[in-house]
Amino acid sequence: MTTKTVAGHDIEVNDEGFFVDPEAWTEDMAPALAAEEGIDALTDQHWTVIRFMRSEYAEKGTGPTVRVLGKTSGVSVKELYQLFPKGPAKIAARIAGIPKPRGCI
Amino acid sequence: MDTGHQHIVILGAGTGGTLTANRLRSRLPEHRATITVVDQDDQHVYQPGLLFVPFGLADPLDIVKPRHRQLHRGINYLQQAVDRVETGDNTVHLADGSTLHYDVLIVATGAVLLPGETEGLTGPGWNERVFTFYDLDGATRLAEALESFEGGELVVNVVDLPIKCPVAPLEFCFLADWFFTERGRRDDVKITYVTPLDGAFTKPTASTRLSSMLADKGIELVTEFNTGTVHGDTDEGHPRIESWDERTVDFDLAVVIPLHGGAPFVGRSPGLGDDLDFVTVDQQTLQSSAAPNVFAIGDATSVPASKAGSVTHFEGEVLVDNVVAFLEGHELRALFDGHANCFIETGFDKAMLIDFNYDTEPLPGHFPGKIGAPLLAESKLNHLGKLMFQWFYWHVLLPGRDIPGLGSAMPTAGKESS
Repeated sequence: MTTKTVAGHDIEVNDEGFFVDPEAWTEDMAPALAAEEGIDALTDQHWTVIRFMRSEYAEKGTGPTVRVLGKTSGVSVKELYQLFPKGPAKIAARIAGIPKPRGCI
Repeated sequence: MDTGHQHIVILGAGTGGTLTANRLRSRLPEHRATITVVDQDDQHVYQPGLLFVPFGLADPLDIVKPRHRQLHRGINYLQQAVDRVETGDNTVHLADGSTLHYDVLIVATGAVLLPGETEGLTGPGWNERVFTFYDLDGATRLAEALESFEGGELVVNVVDLPIKCPVAPLEFCFLADWFFTERGRRDDVKITYVTPLDGAFTKPTASTRLSSMLADKGIELVTEFNTGTVHGDTDEGHPRIESWDERTVDFDLAVVIPLHGGAPFVGRSPGLGDDLDFVTVDQQTLQSSAAPNVFAIGDATSVPASKAGSVTHFEGEVLVDNVVAFLEGHELRALFDGHANCFIETGFDKAMLIDFNYDTEPLPGHFPGKIGAPLLAESKLNHLGKLMFQWFYWHVLLPGRDIPGLGSAMPTAGKESS
């Protein structure tokens, strides 16, 4: 676990860079978190996914996988990979300040 | 709670439905409860046997038995497809338009393969150079293809999780290594395991062990590969799988484990399932979030445990206690801990054993106690265990007999601490 500064806030993240406390996340942190992932500007579609991740986490206690995102977020899997290259669920979860989506076992 | 005559309806006569029906029948006298089991066909496949069919190690005919014959006396069997469940009025609507009223419903309809959801998977080359061994027909066809495969790139690809028996694709790689070595063709076959995970397996300690086993056997590992398209055609360049982020892996023979979902009727039943049609239940009590008189077991549920027969078996004990408690108006006290126990066939007459639950990852040691089968290590004893399991499945597990010394909860006595 390490502490880092995001948009002026001190935030605790785990070894893989996911927020330890999703409640500590605020919207103003998202652009800085996205920049760390190599995403320069957040479009409306990025925000659709980020807000969807937050609401799914609040409701179900885990973020959705790419497959579920593609079925339910209104953004197709192909578009998700364009928005968040190299792993939409993981990267969107980091930017949305929620834990790593619980894959299946 | 009404203690009069009850109707228990069980959807699905596979591992979970059969063992639950048999256990409930021995717990509840016939004057207290009628038990009806519904399934759309009468072929019960011993699914762990599917892994062995492609290598000529199991005959397809030997791993199938009639479903109704596995059910004990006093259990009704109805061969019908399910259209949907209306939990609001405790009714199952069957495909022929008839209905079944239940006091308690148990959903045990497993997981289904969805090859059609991956672009190109069932297109050109399907069952020619692109196969799956996750159903009886696919496994049988793959046996012919492996026998006649002279050499080239064999790719084993898991499209996405969850899948049934998550270790089976790795076992397939290990057995393919053995199979081509035995036939003197191993040097001509390149084997590559392509997975969406960031390692060979989900659980860290087992993943490290399995990765080094792949390396030792000369099997390549490609990770974080999310298959978007299968190009099985030879007309447009080399046949290949392509990921969503546009990486490709060429193949001459592909063994693909398709996407899995729950039974389609779950999606047609209001409130019953999640986005992938798995029944949402409490991960400890197995009670549905849709209605208190609905339960689910095995691959059909959304619980974060492996979709495997051992999990279903361990869930069975908990489920039956909870169904009986529910009928008697008591609190549901039996709790499932996520216990899974898998033999991993590693080729050359050896296997290893892993044992884990929701909170404890697979650890080295011995099972079930300090003296027992080695965990996370290859041995001939574990291979014999895997072979014996088929007898055990039909004669102990499905009839719902208890195994002395092995209950539902994960044993800790023989495990080394992490």
